[in-house]
Amino acid sequence: MSEQTLFKVTVDNITIEVPAGTTILQAARQIGGAVAPPAMCYYSKLEGTGGKCRTCLVEVSKGSEKDPRPMPKLVASCRTTVMDGMEVKNITSEKVIDARAAVVEFLLLNHPLDCPICDQAGECHLQDLSFEHGKADTRYEFQRRTFKKHDLGKHIQLHMTRCILCYRCVFIADQLTNKREHGILDRGDHTEIATHIEKSLGNEFIGNVIDVCPVGALTDKTFRFKNRVWFLKPMDAHRNCPTCSGRVTLWNRGDEVFRVTARKDEWGEIEDTPDGKPGWICNTCRFDKKHTNDWVIEGPREISRQSVIAQGHYAGNIGTTLPTEIFKAVNDGRAPHLLMDIHNESEVNLPSVRLSEIEGPSHGNTFNNNSTKA
Amino acid sequence: MGVKLLLEKANVPGIRTYDVYRREGGYAAAEKALKEMSIESIVEEVKKSGLRGRGGAGFPAGMKWSFIAKPEGVPRHLVCNADESEPGTFKDRYLMEFLPHLLIEGLLISSYALGSNDTYIYIRGEYAWVAQILEDAIIEATKNGWLGKNILGTGFDCMIHVHRGAGAYICGEETALIESLEGKRGNPRIKPPFPAIQGLWMRPTVVNNVETLAAVVPIIKMGGEEYAKIGVGRSTGTKLISACGNINKPGVYEIDMTISVEDFIYSDEYCGGIANGKKLKACIPGGSSVPILPANLLLKTAKGETRYMNYESLSDGGFATGSMMGSGGFIILDEDQCIVKNTLTLARFYRHESCGQCSPCREGTGWMEKILQKIELGKGESSDIDLLWDIQRKIEGNTICPLGDAAAWPVAAAIRHFRDEFEWHINNRALSQTSNFGLQHYADPIHVPA
Repeated sequence: MSEQTLFKVTVDNITIEVPAGTTILQAARQIGGAVAPPAMCYYSKLEGTGGKCRTCLVEVSKGSEKDPRPMPKLVASCRTTVMDGMEVKNITSEKVIDARAAVVEFLLLNHPLDCPICDQAGECHLQDLSFEHGKADTRYEFQRRTFKKHDLGKHIQLHMTRCILCYRCVFIADQLTNKREHGILDRGDHTEIATHIEKSLGNEFIGNVIDVCPVGALTDKTFRFKNRVWFLKPMDAHRNCPTCSGRVTLWNRGDEVFRVTARKDEWGEIEDTPDGKPGWICNTCRFDKKHTNDWVIEGPREISRQSVIAQGHYAGNIGTTLPTEIFKAVNDGRAPHLLMDIHNESEVNLPSVRLSEIEGPSHGNTFNNNSTKA
Repeated sequence: MGVKLLLEKANVPGIRTYDVYRREGGYAAAEKALKEMSIESIVEEVKKSGLRGRGGAGFPAGMKWSFIAKPEGVPRHLVCNADESEPGTFKDRYLMEFLPHLLIEGLLISSYALGSNDTYIYIRGEYAWVAQILEDAIIEATKNGWLGKNILGTGFDCMIHVHRGAGAYICGEETALIESLEGKRGNPRIKPPFPAIQGLWMRPTVVNNVETLAAVVPIIKMGGEEYAKIGVGRSTGTKLISACGNINKPGVYEIDMTISVEDFIYSDEYCGGIANGKKLKACIPGGSSVPILPANLLLKTAKGETRYMNYESLSDGGFATGSMMGSGGFIILDEDQCIVKNTLTLARFYRHESCGQCSPCREGTGWMEKILQKIELGKGESSDIDLLWDIQRKIEGNTICPLGDAAAWPVAAAIRHFRDEFEWHINNRALSQTSNFGLQHYADPIHVPA
């Protein structure tokens, strides 16, 4: 076998070499930081996802070394593969920032703005996205689309009102389970994720739809409204599970396990297991094993996404220094990660408190005490 | 009388049946192509003819054919796009209803040139009776040896299958059509890969409009070079125009693209003038998704030159002062028509037909409709016009398929050319509910800078 061809690609003035066939988004993620476009529908572990939400639009200012013409339209970086010598502008392009703000506005048109009563708040991709790229107020003055809540079995609840139609839950059911039992009904802005005739989703891996849902449309009924995610301490743990890898993140308060999720990386995607396969977990691990003694605790987990839980502590490859400056220049002086400021002003979750640095489980007084050590 | 290539025999009684069609010289082109011509020379003739796709985009058909990948051992497919759903366009229906064998002959030649043994006609479900006509014609053609195995002893096998759509405009987009044909939800695919590389069942596929494929017959009959002599510039051959709206003689007309827009509207041979002695206010020259033009910009370009019915002349001036040939759905609006209401109707159509896959189109089309509805009901505010403009600008070019553009262009053009009328609606809320803005200055000669 010959060596893999490497293509040089420049994203926001940072050049890296990636194998041929890599998408722009994947290349940008290898650089990390704010250079990586946000993605609401793309999920690297699922085949066929991407291209739908349009948040990852980037400008290709130079097609390739051979054909340096720029691409006429903004392209979806998650589905466009790199060419040798390609130059891409993400947050250095005003066109991209403008289009992304527009996409955020469109996504929020029919999305309820009630994060305070949503279970996903704190780890919601749409919340992060609108914080970074959206406008403070809405120009939409009409009634929003609403749906009734549906129970998809005893563990999963679907609330279509919050859905942004990323299709991830459909792809995962296609690729992870034998028979998909839910799908997409109708079209346009009245599209619905549904089981058609109301029924429960039975597959033992179907719980993973909760993990891939970027918003609060699919939630875990064993955890719903039990606690705020940012008051919980994520701990890596594993158990000897006959059906799945058994590698999970436990979300503890004190010694109590509030919920179990798969381990997610800094892009909010399921982490691979050591054998290189995505670490999807089974329903038994997720919904039934809610005691600390069911698990072997490995240690605290660093959540490095730029969400409320992560408290803005991004742990990417290169960091955000250079692109952040550019971002401010094209975005009316606004920093990309405003959430850090929120923490400074909020008393609930002080920036000095880093859950992952606390030894042992976190308790209520961790958050009440102003010291860094509980 | 202009040149007629497609509809020449449309009025012969019984032309729908095989016997009459054959007696009138039908299938001679297919015989010539299959017996005397090589595959390369057929593609070459189509290239020479300069035939442009008649579905709307106007992409050269010969070039599209030459893009098709030809990997060893992988079947290729030709798909005929008969999902004619653009409001104002009904030329393909006419062609299929009266000359089904012309389409089949065109399909046979094209299938031979592209190496497609299984060719599909994807017809919109609403054309139920037309699908039946096509199926009957296919049976006749098969009986007479023009379809099936070993056609004319050349060893070429070809079968044509008619597939009925379920009534979705989006399935006229080629990749959504392919998805639908595969039995899936009609969502457009993300390109690349293009259908010429991976189309139907991931095999190389060419999707062409009905009229494009029918035009292959006269091209083969007369030769590409002769065909290219008809028309003007890059607008070669003849084009079917389906004229409708406030005109005396709505219908399907075949034009040779050298006629001026004014002649087309007012001559007795074609539209026969505006109905009821009214005046022309505006026109959507190429099907509902192309920009609407006021009367003054329709008849003359911004430079003051006469506008002709062809691809180049209709798009002269870009979107600022021009429009597009599109699919040939020529919609005339007289002085009594309200542009706000017209735009609302179109916006409602696109909201209803958006597949809901990508966010700008799914959410933006609904938003535009609601704002237009508000203005139309006399509840508009002056900021709404700028908001509409901003929304359409953010949909255009940011979507997976051209439906986003198609939804944005009519709104953009209406605001661009008829802003006065929108403002009048907003400033005269009560009056706008009972009366009409009327013709105003929209037919006045435009000032041409020296």
